[in-house]
Amino acid sequence: MAELTYRDAVARGIAQEMSRDSDVVFLGEDIAKAGGVFKATVGLLEQFGPLRVRDTPISEQAILGAAMGAAMTGLKPIAEIMFSDFIAVCFDYLANEFSKSRYMTNGQVKCPLVVRTGNGGGARFGAQHSQSVENWCMMIPGLKVVAPSTPLDVIGLLAASVRDPDPVIFFEHKSLYAVKGEVPDGEIVDTLGTAKIVRPGKDATILALAMMVPRALAAAERLKAEHGVDCEVIDVRSLVPLDTQTMLASVARTGRVFTVEENPRLCGWGAELVSIIADEAFYDLDGPPVRITTPHIPLPAADALEDLAIPSVQRITNTIQRSLSA
Amino acid sequence: MAKTQTTAAGPSVLVRTNDGIDADLRLRMYRSQVQIREAEQRANDLFLQNLVKGTSHLSLGQEAVAAGCAAAMQPGDLSFCTYRGHAHTLARGVAVEKVLGELMGRDNGLLRGKGGSMHLTSIEHGVMGSYAIIGAHLPIACGAAWRAQYKGDKDVSVCFFGDGTTNIGAFHEALNFAVIWKLPVVFVCENNLYMEYTPISEVTAVANPAADRASAYGLQPIMADGQDADAVYRTAKAAFDKARAGGGPSLLEFKTYRYSGHSRADPAKYRPAGELEHWKANRDPIKIYRQRALDSGISHAQLDEIEGSVKQEVDQATEKCKAAPPTSVDILCTDVYADGGWAWRN
Repeated sequence: MAELTYRDAVARGIAQEMSRDSDVVFLGEDIAKAGGVFKATVGLLEQFGPLRVRDTPISEQAILGAAMGAAMTGLKPIAEIMFSDFIAVCFDYLANEFSKSRYMTNGQVKCPLVVRTGNGGGARFGAQHSQSVENWCMMIPGLKVVAPSTPLDVIGLLAASVRDPDPVIFFEHKSLYAVKGEVPDGEIVDTLGTAKIVRPGKDATILALAMMVPRALAAAERLKAEHGVDCEVIDVRSLVPLDTQTMLASVARTGRVFTVEENPRLCGWGAELVSIIADEAFYDLDGPPVRITTPHIPLPAADALEDLAIPSVQRITNTIQRSLSA
Repeated sequence: MAKTQTTAAGPSVLVRTNDGIDADLRLRMYRSQVQIREAEQRANDLFLQNLVKGTSHLSLGQEAVAAGCAAAMQPGDLSFCTYRGHAHTLARGVAVEKVLGELMGRDNGLLRGKGGSMHLTSIEHGVMGSYAIIGAHLPIACGAAWRAQYKGDKDVSVCFFGDGTTNIGAFHEALNFAVIWKLPVVFVCENNLYMEYTPISEVTAVANPAADRASAYGLQPIMADGQDADAVYRTAKAAFDKARAGGGPSLLEFKTYRYSGHSRADPAKYRPAGELEHWKANRDPIKIYRQRALDSGISHAQLDEIEGSVKQEVDQATEKCKAAPPTSVDILCTDVYADGGWAWRN
């Protein structure tokens, strides 16, 4: 057992998989010699050499295209897109290419690859380096979408993503890189498509993802301490595949559900979850499902503005408290 | 052997010679061109009969590029094609029936109707896909070449695209990428003079859309006559040999001409009067190659026999496809994910 940062967990997860399988290769901007702009890939070049850990030019289409070509001919590439906002300049590969090639070719083409990317706000980077764009990927048939919230989950879900035969978009939250957590020694492999109840409770279910998980947990503690409300917090972890059973079972126990989403309002992942719950657990509900999201705005840079935009512990607490006491 | 020369006027041009191509190879390239011509013509006929739906982008007039390149490839080499990919798919040995069946949405189609005209793929033949987003497959070919480099495999990735592709970002990203990693990939531009409905010269900063860009990436500008299968073969072979030997990528530009419009929707009324007729009369790849074959001592009878057998092959394929059942609706939701299904939730 060791205490590890989320950032170091990324490098450990990649190293674990590269040590196990020589077909795993890694490419991206500044990932090798520089160890990543977030220092999440330090040491990999030294450990695995320049043939397997390769710096690329600022060419996001080439990065994802090359990952696809390598994957469809037998390798298992991990590609880094430095900031998830940059997915927009190589969106073709997610939207049209490796997501659809298996289907279009009647199962001939296989693309076992992982796209790692720094997602989310809180770092005062402004509107083009702060977005939570997991919902951009969730809407595309053929992709899998994962977003861990702890160092342990980073390793386990990254390992599961590398070993998965489908393309996986792996969202690392930039504001979690410094967070520490206990991680056991030895190989760690988790399972995609499994949500985790990170705080049991009986009065309401909170569904959260990535940086919203620690905020939801803090809000749950505050609700308990200040209002006697006992919330169950579920870390969704994987948007595709989606563990609806864990969420539906929780809602059946608590009768209320709140989503906490960092993405802007429209078509955020919570909308899909609420839709499923409304459809399949309507008679378990004692009140309306409530979505707590970033407003439908581009993210601002200044501290005061960004803090106001992204759901805070206080806003989560207040929203849930008001809704439950209404 | 092929000889190239660089002139002050511009890119190197191929000096045509007849050495290095024996009768068997010549007959093979002739057959390939005739097969593409017949199959593409048939696809057009079937479209007019409403038996092919959607769209199709034909390679009529461009047969020599596909035939010459495929002949220069080795088993295991990989083809990456565009939506104008029927010719390259056939040239690697995929059966006419499989291609026509796919165009007709039949169960015997290459992809059982899940891809259609623009996505022909046959991994077992090295046809790694036909990509309908301009430029997307150039980086993908780089990735396949990276795998060969990393694993020590000796195959070459060959990526075909049109002149219009040279103006999209992925073209430039891929060229830079291939050069800095010295990848065994060959980029083949089929310059058929038109970017969809617009003359390429009206929308491109340079006269030769691919070759004139080569020097920006430290590559030799290489152009050859795309209507002459021998010239294509020699030019391609030299580039493939270089890539296989670890010499890195090449960018080739073949000047050619398409007889039909960009797609089924395009009657190509933008062409100057007489241009199509000129190319058909004087620059038709099959006429040129038939004469080349005769000049090299191959008989009329041998060539006639090839034409007859190809015609029969295409006729039989057509009949089989017409008789084949439509694609089974059972496959609507298969193969979205590797487990064979489409499940996104439990």
